[in-house]
Amino acid sequence: MKSKKLLLTGVIAAAVVATGIIYAADHIDAPAVTNQTTDITDMYVFRGENVNNLVFVANTQGLRTPAQTSALKFDANTLIEFNIDTNGDAIEDLVIQGSYDASSDKIQLRGPVAPSEKGLRSKLEGNVLLEVAVTPYAASTPIVATSASGIKLFAGPRDDPFYFDLNQYKAILGGTATGFNNPGVDAFAGTNVLSLVVEVPKTLLGTVTGGKVNVWLETKKKI
Amino acid sequence: MKNIKLFSALLISGTMFLSACSKDDDPVAATTYYQQQDQFGRPAINTVFVTTADKDVFNVTIPSSMGAAFQSKFQTQLLALNSGYTTNLLTLDAASFTGVLATDVLTASTTGVTTFYDGTNVLTGRTLSDDVIDVELTLIFGGPAGSSNPGLTSDHVNSNDKPFLTSFPYVAAPW
Repeated sequence: MKSKKLLLTGVIAAAVVATGIIYAADHIDAPAVTNQTTDITDMYVFRGENVNNLVFVANTQGLRTPAQTSALKFDANTLIEFNIDTNGDAIEDLVIQGSYDASSDKIQLRGPVAPSEKGLRSKLEGNVLLEVAVTPYAASTPIVATSASGIKLFAGPRDDPFYFDLNQYKAILGGTATGFNNPGVDAFAGTNVLSLVVEVPKTLLGTVTGGKVNVWLETKKKI
Repeated sequence: MKNIKLFSALLISGTMFLSACSKDDDPVAATTYYQQQDQFGRPAINTVFVTTADKDVFNVTIPSSMGAAFQSKFQTQLLALNSGYTTNLLTLDAASFTGVLATDVLTASTTGVTTFYDGTNVLTGRTLSDDVIDVELTLIFGGPAGSSNPGLTSDHVNSNDKPFLTSFPYVAAPW
C-alpha cells in the first residue's frame, strides 16, 4: 500500500515536472527564465558550522529527476552572483561571483568584492580567487576547494532542499480545495538542483551596519 | 608575419568592439558584460505575490526600486489571498507587511542566529531546514495570533526528503 502511494506520488510528480507547471520557491517562476540555465530555484544564507563564517547557497535549474541529473550542467554564459548590502539601503556593496569555465569544468569564484558595476549589468570583478572542479553526479564525496583566506567553494548537483505541498496550494488557489492535507505531499521530493555553495569568513564582509546584511541572488547572461 | 597576425587580430577585435558598443569609452579591450535574467531574495515571493504579467519585470527590478514599484500590487495580492487580513504575528498591517516583502532581499545576521523564523528570531537568515512555507502561510493567513484559518497556515510538509550535512557543503547528495 505504501509503495503504491509512493508510486502514485512519483507519477504525479513526474507529470507535473513534464508539463512544467511547478512554480515555487522560485522554480521556473517567470516565463523568461523557465528551463534556462539562469533559472534560480532558491537561495539560502546561514552561519556555518564555524559560526564565524556565513554560508551562501545558490540553487538553479531545479526539478531534475535522477535520470535528468547527469545532463545537468553549469553554463559558461551564465554568471551566478550573490549581492550583499552591508548598510541597509538595498544596494549591493559587495558581490560574490561564480562563473563557469567549460574547458576545465570548473567554477571560478570572485569576491567578496566591491563591484565596479552595480544593478542589472555586471562584469567579472578582479581576479579569480578560488576555483573548484564541478562535482560529478556519480561522485560519492563532494569536491571542496578552500582559499588561504578561508573561503570554501562547492559546485555540483544536489538534492533540492526545498519542500512544499505545492500541488495542494494550487488546488486551494484554484478553488478545488479549502485547506491543506495532513500529512501533505512534498512536490519537490526526489528532485535535484545545481548547487553553488560558498562559505565566507564574516571578517571578509568588512564593516556591516547593525550586524546584518541584505542578500539577494542574481543570474546574469553574457551579452 | 607574426606582427601582421597580431595587428589584424587587434584590428578585428577592435572592430568587433566598436560595432558592439560604440559609445563605450574604453579604447583598449572589450569588456564582457552580463545582463540580469533572474533574481531571488526571500522564498516564494515572486510566486505568491507577483502577478503573471509582472513576473519577468520583477526579476529585473533592482531591490532599491522594488518597494515603490510593487508594494501596492503586493497589498492587492495579499488581500486577494486573505480578504480578512488585519495584521499578523509580526503585528504588521497589510501596507507594512507588503512594504517589507516588496523589497525582495534576505536579511541575514552576521552576529547571531540565522533563521527564517524559529519562534524567537525573525528573518535573520534562512537555513536549509527552515520551514519557510509554513512561516509565510502563517504570516499571510494566521491573523494577529497566528491561529486563524488553521487549514491554511501549514502545508504539513515539515522537513526535507533528505537529511542535510552538518559540514560544508551542507546540502544533501543528489537523488
